[in-house]
Amino acid sequence: MTTSDTHRAIDAVYRIESAKLIAGLTRIVRDVGLAEDLAQDALVAALEQWPESGIPDKPGAWLMATAKHRAIDLWRRNTRLERKHEELGREFEIQQKIAAIDLDAAIDDPVGDDLLRLMFICCHPVLSTDARVALTLRLLGGLTTEEIARAFLVPVPTIAQRIVRAKRTLTEARVPFEIPHGSDLAARLASVLEVIYLVFNEGYAATAGDAWMRPELCEEALRLGRILTGLLPKEPEVWGLVALMEIQASRLRARIDPSGEPILLLEQDRARWDQLLIRRGLAALARTEELSGALGPYALQAAIAACHSRARTPAETDWARIVALYDALAQIAPSPVVDLNRAVAVAMAFGPAAGLELVDALTSEPSLEGYHLLPSARGDLLTKLARFDEARAEFERAASMTRNTRERQLLLDRAAACARGSAAPLR
Amino acid sequence: MRFMVLVKANKDSEAGILPSTELLTAMGKFNQELAKAGVMLAGEGLHPSSKGVRVRFSGGKPTVIDGPFTETKELIAGFWLWEVKSMKEAIEWLKRAPFGGGAEVEIRQVFEADDFGPQFTPELRAQEERLRAQTAKRAKP
Repeated sequence: MTTSDTHRAIDAVYRIESAKLIAGLTRIVRDVGLAEDLAQDALVAALEQWPESGIPDKPGAWLMATAKHRAIDLWRRNTRLERKHEELGREFEIQQKIAAIDLDAAIDDPVGDDLLRLMFICCHPVLSTDARVALTLRLLGGLTTEEIARAFLVPVPTIAQRIVRAKRTLTEARVPFEIPHGSDLAARLASVLEVIYLVFNEGYAATAGDAWMRPELCEEALRLGRILTGLLPKEPEVWGLVALMEIQASRLRARIDPSGEPILLLEQDRARWDQLLIRRGLAALARTEELSGALGPYALQAAIAACHSRARTPAETDWARIVALYDALAQIAPSPVVDLNRAVAVAMAFGPAAGLELVDALTSEPSLEGYHLLPSARGDLLTKLARFDEARAEFERAASMTRNTRERQLLLDRAAACARGSAAPLR
Repeated sequence: MRFMVLVKANKDSEAGILPSTELLTAMGKFNQELAKAGVMLAGEGLHPSSKGVRVRFSGGKPTVIDGPFTETKELIAGFWLWEVKSMKEAIEWLKRAPFGGGAEVEIRQVFEADDFGPQFTPELRAQEERLRAQTAKRAKP
């Protein structure tokens, strides 16, 4: 093996091990920032030693043992410094602490509780949403600062600072490394799920830039979601979120044409949907249905997505069921966006005029001001009613609102088609 | 990226002898690790080739050849489908699998839409669409 070969292998090992490593170390040192530093130190040691010695049989255990020795060194050094100023009793206390560190337990965490604690701490409410996302991708996803910056089209120093600040905030707030209980669990879990879904969505429908989507982010979110189903197998909404992401991801290949232009759901080539992911999604949905009587918001969205997956052709779609599922969703998670989607489903189930009536009622909704999908949906329904002039104006308005270049072009094409008095854009 | 991990057959697997309880337990544990890490998409073991057939396409009509097939080392006894970030990561995972006794396991990258690039022509797309329409028609009662 050449050195660069070994380095690539070490990268791969680190990707597999880093989250577990940082989680185990955080339990020992009670500080996420310090834990990551120690893990990085171990990685540097591996980069120095493995090209000579070869990759050890149990690379995870090697990294953990190395990081732990660094931790003990650090403590000893601090102890020596403190000895000058303090009583011997203080040192005794620190010696006790070192003795209490259980190396083997730190490496071997069969239930994955440490990983779960790390997820909760990365998504802690003392952090801003941006910070939660960055920290989760860094510590749990094992992504580098550069990779996160590239994925979110943000300068590297911005992300680096965001991560540093987030770690400092956690330390200063003395956030405990624990799994929340009781009513706290629901709220904290909601934050974890939200962060994962945010990452997924940023990949699925990139809000800005040239690319319509960034599948690597979807893959990362899916991986985190799948890990979470193993850690909290009895939480229905965890399965609901995973079901939703699996099903949405099943359409990634079909969502763009060879030139990179987006293809809308009903126009997608369903033969290109990933049947494996659909099956996994439907299985996860079945799990959440087994676990809970009433479906949560993610599970309901997954159930809606599943209606499309089950239909072999757009015409076979069970729109009436979709409307009913949106009704349920509007009950537990009322939002104008849900109302808009429901209106579109109503149009499909009961005709464009019925849908348009509902969409029109939403045009005065202040929170939808600037939301490009509202004029876009309105334009679509007007087109179906052959009211092309009005439709064109709506598509143009929608185009002026989106920050995604590809999506803007799609909307402008539809506006141009309306100007010709036709529903279909030129291809 | 997706990788298919192909486990080759051996004399035992071809004779239909199931692995020892010990190996099954170890393999179960490994599968659990894969699932827990969000890596495993699918994984199955296959019956021996004596229960398989081959369909040969040459000349006019396809001919069916019944198993077993002799070239044991070329046969597949099972497979996984993994989603990881790189071939190196797939290798690192495979190294942790509880194989022994001269077993040989192959890792192959799965084509993704992007890999086809410009070769995925409009004609191919049209062909796929026809196929889809036919399948949909046939599926209807």
